[in-house]
Amino acid sequence: MEALKQELKESLVEQLNLEDITPAEIADDDMLFGDGLGLDSIDALELIVMLDKTYGIKLTDPKQGRAIFESINTMSAYIAEHRTK
Amino acid sequence: MEKVYINGLGSISAQNTFDNSEFLNTVEFYTENVIPAIDVNYKAFISPAAARRMAKGIKMGIAASRTALQEANLENVDAIITGTGMGCVRDSEKFLSAILDNDEQYLTPTPFIQSTHNTVGGQIALDIGCKGYNFTYVHASVSFESALLDALLQLKLKESHSILIGGVDELAPHTIEIHKAVNHIKSEVVEASKLLENKSKGAVFSEGANFFVISNEKSETSYAEVVGVKLINTLEADELETELKAFLKEQNLSMQDLSTVVLGCNGDVEFDGFYDVLVENSLKDTPQLYYKHLSGEFHTASSFGFWLAARVLKSQTIPKAVVLKGDMPSEIKNVLLYNQYRGQNHSFTLLKSC
Amino acid sequence: MGKGVAITGMGIISAIGNNIDENREALFAGKTGIGRVVKINTNHKNEIMVGEIAYTNSQLESLLQLPETNNYSRTALLGAVAAKEAVESACISDINEYKTGLISATSVGGMDMTEKYYYEYLEDKTVQKYIEAHHAGDSTQKIAEQLGLKNSLVTTISTACSSAANAIMLGARLIKSGKLDRVIVGGADCLSKFTINGFKSLMILSDTYNTPFDENRKGLNLGEAAAFLVLESDAVVKAENKNVLAYLKGYGNANDAFHQTASSENGDGATLAMKQALKVANLNAEAIDYVNAHGTATGNNDLSEGKAFLRVFNTMPPFSSTKPFTGHTLAAAGGIEAVFSVLALQHNVLYPNLNYKTPMSAFNLVPELELKEKPITNILSNSLGFGGNCSTLIFSKQA
Repeated sequence: MEALKQELKESLVEQLNLEDITPAEIADDDMLFGDGLGLDSIDALELIVMLDKTYGIKLTDPKQGRAIFESINTMSAYIAEHRTK
Repeated sequence: MEKVYINGLGSISAQNTFDNSEFLNTVEFYTENVIPAIDVNYKAFISPAAARRMAKGIKMGIAASRTALQEANLENVDAIITGTGMGCVRDSEKFLSAILDNDEQYLTPTPFIQSTHNTVGGQIALDIGCKGYNFTYVHASVSFESALLDALLQLKLKESHSILIGGVDELAPHTIEIHKAVNHIKSEVVEASKLLENKSKGAVFSEGANFFVISNEKSETSYAEVVGVKLINTLEADELETELKAFLKEQNLSMQDLSTVVLGCNGDVEFDGFYDVLVENSLKDTPQLYYKHLSGEFHTASSFGFWLAARVLKSQTIPKAVVLKGDMPSEIKNVLLYNQYRGQNHSFTLLKSC
Repeated sequence: MGKGVAITGMGIISAIGNNIDENREALFAGKTGIGRVVKINTNHKNEIMVGEIAYTNSQLESLLQLPETNNYSRTALLGAVAAKEAVESACISDINEYKTGLISATSVGGMDMTEKYYYEYLEDKTVQKYIEAHHAGDSTQKIAEQLGLKNSLVTTISTACSSAANAIMLGARLIKSGKLDRVIVGGADCLSKFTINGFKSLMILSDTYNTPFDENRKGLNLGEAAAFLVLESDAVVKAENKNVLAYLKGYGNANDAFHQTASSENGDGATLAMKQALKVANLNAEAIDYVNAHGTATGNNDLSEGKAFLRVFNTMPPFSSTKPFTGHTLAAAGGIEAVFSVLALQHNVLYPNLNYKTPMSAFNLVPELELKEKPITNILSNSLGFGGNCSTLIFSKQA
């Protein structure tokens, strides 16, 4: 699980071009959207593509993303349970 | 009818034009046929959080427009009108090649959003919080002049007070390759200072952003008065003089009143003949300036010409590098710009000292 | 100022018909043009519905009698067909007789050809002719060529889904200011793999028929179309004794300045645009008899636009979205909906908002569900787009 969390932090920084943040600066329970990391609805769509491409998880409704992408903790838990690759 | 003035400007180009305290003091004479714009410190204008999804065209547009606003001592404007031939074409390429290469799978929305032509104008509005009128013109070499025409309509009719207008285009790798394939980009090495002597097909491609605050109120920072602009979709070379005379007549001027003419010639032997018609006939005694050997060619390169004319009028100096022919006048009053690309979308623009 | 802007001709091609008559018949019969993709080779064929035009490119080419060497994109072909119909219906014999301009709008431009030949462009000389047809202004140049318009003011606007409304607005301002006597205004966009995948990546494409203003709406259906109006000054109308179909009475444009793609929750931009248009038209909100909504059937648009309605209108007039007929035709949307608005004025009818079942919980707004006959004097039409671009036009029986 720790490896997955680290992997997620790295891909978050890379895929979303978070130039001013390093993976180490993201805590497992940091809020990714809103007041936390400040991600928005377009980032959510980018993350949905990442779930599909890297972990084989397909979301059909962007609203599903809200709960999944709340923090690194929620994301890693969801991926661990549903991944197909 | 209200008079209209240029009260601030910002330019990012293949030359060092971003610092408004300098005026082509040093000039780069390139030998490449594709010349990128010189990057400025975008971080001074755009936060990292905002910059992370921005194409170069957006960054150039925001930095240039902020500079123009700052010079005009304004934080906001009534309208934002942008001209761009291709928009953020690098992202269009990115999205299209992803569609083709990945068989329509795993597509992320960011490059698609940026590929929308009005993305630069929209982002500038977001940046300064401008809820006013916001248009984007995308008509090849008159994209910028369309924006200017629209702004003049509003200012002369007092629908607006201050307007931000600009021309922006960016280079992109695949677009460069396909334009090389059809000789729209020159195939051999040409020294910039000899661009017009080479007599070969195609142009030297580049990119840039030139933004201006124009207003119906003259200020301490005013560069020049914008008298008029005219767009002509198609014309035969032998109709050019008649069209020009008609344009000048609308402004109550004749050829003799022109201090200098700024030409958009780009060294393409197939189409530079349009400029020759004017300079060999009615404008043969008018001092001539040119700029595409410095700015390169792109759909909104004429916004660099507009920048040049504004700077010339305010400083009453003509940098040596832009002199094409003739003795430069001691007093520069009326400046005419003429531009076209590949024989289509011609424009006349007239600026006056103020 | 204060001069009238007369609409004296119009032309259209959309998923519900190849000309004005066919579009009118389909609208009056409640017949949708939405179906599965036929002409575009996309993997998403079975996941989406679209409003495709029946004609193939080669049928359109022969309709326009183009030589085989032509390099018209589908956008240019559609635009030329609709613009020609508009000019013919305005009974114009010499297009260069008055100070005439053409203002078109497109978002796709020649992307349909570029996406077919993107890599072939580098090698294959037979397809290289389309390289020059890619940029957005090219389709407009081609339309001008088809109309025989020379030495004239010709330009193109691209402000996403509000483009054609903005082209109409600029045309009206050029007439009012006396810059032009006559102007052909509108827009054209063809379907493309590029836009299908673009909107898919935003996850706002419905897998079934679009249902604007419905609680359970699932997104939009893309469509393709072109539509143009001929606008003329009072002086030309008088000199030529022209039959006036309707007047363009008001217009407004504002920017939401909220987000790159999403509309603000309270519909700030749309509210500003509608209020501005009413001001230009010198009308109170109560004078509007019918609203042709943007109504794309995305979660975001319909909520934001509906909230804006509540801010502009004390009592909401009858309204509907015609997107269930045609799909969302992007840059052409403001043009086809302008044509639909003029038809509604001419025939005194309101169009049904097809496919509607469940009211939205956010507010108490229910669109028109049947074709209804009713005297109409003023129609307000919205076009809202990406980049926060919001536009409103007001069409009227009176100048």
